Amino acid sequence: MTDPRRTVEAVWRIESAQLVASLTRLVRDVGLAEELAQDAFVAALEQWPRDGVPDRPGAWLLTTARRRAVDLIRREQNRDVKYQLTAAGVQDAAPADSVVDDPVGDDLLSLVLLTCHPVLPRESRVALTLRLFCGMTTDEIARAFLVPSATVGQRISRAKRTLAEAHVPFEVPQADELPGRLASALEVVYALFTEGHAATSGDDWVRRDLAGEAMRLGRVLTGLLPREPEVHGLVALMELQASRFDARTDATGAPVLLADQDRSRWDRTLVMHGLAALDRATSLGRPLGPYTVQAAIAACHSRAARFEDTDWEAVVALYDALAQLAPSPVVDLNRAVAVLHADGPAAALEAVDALRDDPRLARYHLLGAVRGDVLQRLGRHAEAAEELERAAALAPTPRERRLLTERAAAAAARPAAPPG
Amino acid sequence: MKVLVMIEGAGADEEAIAPTTEMFEAMGRYNEELVRAGVMLGGEGLLPSARGARVVFEGGTTTVVDGPFAEAKELIAGYWIWEVSSLEEAVEWAKRCPADAGGPRAVLEIRPIATVEDFGDAYTPEVAAQEARLADEIAKQHG
Repeated sequence: MTDPRRTVEAVWRIESAQLVASLTRLVRDVGLAEELAQDAFVAALEQWPRDGVPDRPGAWLLTTARRRAVDLIRREQNRDVKYQLTAAGVQDAAPADSVVDDPVGDDLLSLVLLTCHPVLPRESRVALTLRLFCGMTTDEIARAFLVPSATVGQRISRAKRTLAEAHVPFEVPQADELPGRLASALEVVYALFTEGHAATSGDDWVRRDLAGEAMRLGRVLTGLLPREPEVHGLVALMELQASRFDARTDATGAPVLLADQDRSRWDRTLVMHGLAALDRATSLGRPLGPYTVQAAIAACHSRAARFEDTDWEAVVALYDALAQLAPSPVVDLNRAVAVLHADGPAAALEAVDALRDDPRLARYHLLGAVRGDVLQRLGRHAEAAEELERAAALAPTPRERRLLTERAAAAAARPAAPPG
Repeated sequence: MKVLVMIEGAGADEEAIAPTTEMFEAMGRYNEELVRAGVMLGGEGLLPSARGARVVFEGGTTTVVDGPFAEAKELIAGYWIWEVSSLEEAVEWAKRCPADAGGPRAVLEIRPIATVEDFGDAYTPEVAAQEARLADEIAKQHG
């Protein structure tokens, strides 16, 4: 608490998005806006430890940054900046047909839709959003993604250049353009979440923080676009998945399957929050999107006190819906697992076998893992062992390989089922 | 990290101060700001301690004490649960709370919520199993 630098950083985390957004509105260049915001941040690092944190730190940062913008024009006679500032005065009116009623949120929404612009490759969108919207430093982003700082720095500067060259305007897009832009932003948020969600070991705290950052970003988006069901759906999906964070691994760090998880370790606050977000998504009365359907599947597990209490018929139906919205062999495989629990192994085998010739699953170890499980439940132990061996050979991590090899050995040791 | 933030008012004034519409509005704006920033996970206000009770365990006996808790200097008037990136960030948000408004003393207490990892070795598999059974029973009661 006594470290004033950390206080300034905390204020930065809270204020930077709004600051960069307001400055971009002013100078019409996100790169320049960030430089001005950074200068103000440096000034705060110098002054606040000495003079105390001002009552309205956000306003202080904005005033300081604005003053610097004016200084810059005077000192360097930078024609481009001058032009941008002049133009800003003319263009400052809200865009026509704005889909957002709230003018305060306009700048923030414009900023996040800019940093998530589809003209940028996904990894650049992610880096730029973390930097400009979440207020993370280049080093923090690099640590979280396990890549060198210089790489992240390059991605960010290249992204800014691309946006400038493409003359992407800083405004809330027209209603007809919004769905595409929103989809691109949601993709960034979910990519961020899965990156953090994939982290399991205790050393991975920086990476796990990414999942928290993604949830926060998602909640901010629900505030900016409260009538877009998929934003609520994505928040619900992330919160329900994150509620199981602590239960996903055992004391030795080994992964624990959903069926075996200690459900008392699920985070009940996140479960309740996620279920409420799902309610909001569905109560908007619009057709459900893929994030909302995935959240609804996650909710079936959250609502079940024990694995065997899961409403598997509902899960199968939801996977059917998901397969329509976002066809994928992995969705079909997950559906087959739900069929196993809803209708038994014979029906499940039929569903799995329908996927056996799909070339996209040819090297996917979980296809064999599921088929092996189904065969074993049918008493076809020798075939099950064979299938699990094949799956083990395809497993991406040593731990998963060992697990599958053990299951194969266990299946091989079982006698064949009596006929009939 | 998740934190529990408790707002504590002066115990002596608990009944005397009825919240005004302005106070509700100011707090509403604050909560809205927290929600917009994606920080707030939940929160509620509490009725005065006259409507509550305390159960005290001491020296092998159990005593029930009805409210109001006259001896308490500060009493919890409400709480939030926030998700923040650091304690410092929670402090910055707390500083923005319209708790003061020139009125009597109020305190916002910020306490990080423990996760299983924080309990260390004391959280044995046996304790975990017991909690699992408990969660199961609770779920059945609500099921």
